[in-house]
Amino acid sequence: MIRVVLPTHLRTLACVDGEVELAVAGRVTQRSVLDALEDRYPMLRGTIRDHDSGRRRAFVRFFACEEDLSHERPDDPLPQAVATGAEPYLIVGAMAGG
Amino acid sequence: MSGVRVLVGTRKGAFVLSADGKREQWDVSGPHFAGWEIYHVKGSPADPSRLFASQCSGWFGQQIQRSDDGGVTWEPVGNKFSYEGTAGTHQWYDGTPHPWEFERVWHLEPSRDDPELVYAGVEDAGLFRSTDGGQSWQELPGLRTHPSGPSWQPGAGGMCLHTIILDPRQPGRMYAAISAAGAFRSDDAGETWKPVNRGLRSEGIPDEDAEVGHCVHRIAMHPSRPDVLYMQKHWDVMRSDDSGDSWHEVSGNLPTDFGFPIDVHAHEPGTVYVVPITSDSYHYPPEGKLRVYRSRTGGDDWEALTKGLPQEHCYVNVLRDAMAVDSLDSCGVYFGTTGGQVYASADAGDSWAPIVRDLPAVLSVEVQTLS
Repeated sequence: MIRVVLPTHLRTLACVDGEVELAVAGRVTQRSVLDALEDRYPMLRGTIRDHDSGRRRAFVRFFACEEDLSHERPDDPLPQAVATGAEPYLIVGAMAGG
Repeated sequence: MSGVRVLVGTRKGAFVLSADGKREQWDVSGPHFAGWEIYHVKGSPADPSRLFASQCSGWFGQQIQRSDDGGVTWEPVGNKFSYEGTAGTHQWYDGTPHPWEFERVWHLEPSRDDPELVYAGVEDAGLFRSTDGGQSWQELPGLRTHPSGPSWQPGAGGMCLHTIILDPRQPGRMYAAISAAGAFRSDDAGETWKPVNRGLRSEGIPDEDAEVGHCVHRIAMHPSRPDVLYMQKHWDVMRSDDSGDSWHEVSGNLPTDFGFPIDVHAHEPGTVYVVPITSDSYHYPPEGKLRVYRSRTGGDDWEALTKGLPQEHCYVNVLRDAMAVDSLDSCGVYFGTTGGQVYASADAGDSWAPIVRDLPAVLSVEVQTLS
């Protein structure tokens, strides 16, 4: 199972506590994980990626294994530790604003 | 037993303030959607238990929330606002073409008689409609694609469609107002639109009486006299007696005619309320005195309403969607401030008291009169 950590406001929106565990069929990429996340929690559509373009929203970041994956290609494979569930995939609200 | 429910949108959540018909003891519920900007909350006239809220965030974008139990519980509904066809461009601040980009929903206007039908005014300026209670949204592109659209420019707060008025007598007639394009009217349920800005004069635009380009802040109508419209423009309080075809100034003896909200007494269609603000450079009340001004003559002659409002050291603003009236026998008037106060008057403005003093900055105030 893929472990996903959501930022506080999206946990509230999705009505979940703690990590989310997702089954992802096929290659484990940022796109396939986010697709699975949005299928499970439709209210998250548009909050992480733009509805139409699918691009990451400007103030959202993706981290895993102490690396910033925000600028990686969405179809690149995620680290093996994420794919096996050893490490979580972190969706983070960028530090900004007040 | 009669009562009221005041729906407050703030920079950091929504609040529901409830009272019986005396409007003396208030129950405060919230924050709902804590930490999110709530631009507007409004109830369906057709089903007062149904509320819609515009929830947004610079991080996570737009949500529309719906309650079917008067604001006790909420569920997210549709949040996809896609412009029809090719979005095109409008003018950017520097005069260059800028692609139309959805930013947020400023205003939600539920139908008077169909609880499933609701309109949304958005930034960048566009009008959307939902016929399934907010689950899905379709643009009415006739407004955005008006031939003048490529010349529209945003005001300092963004190019927002902030006012939607549905004519209660003439089916299909509706009004929209955009900063800084002006006022528009449709007579075919939003399919086609025409600018209705004749008589407006705006310093700060090259052609002071241009057909479009005016920074309209708010328009109000009384349902019993739908041909009469009142407008708070960036500067100037204006009135139209012919459904917007022409406007004349009714600022009269106001201490300043800059401001944002304007509203009409529930039972007296010629009684109008505004909150004068010093200027576009200051955005706070003149002399640090928070005064609502009331005209009982449809404009021109205005009286200051001060009882219960701070008359020294007050430097808040009152934003365009942050005033509302109830329809109890003695009309209640409500407004919220950027300092987090929500003031109520149960006697048509003669006296005021704060319901709450320390909310986040108030973006919008609506009220439902409950029987």
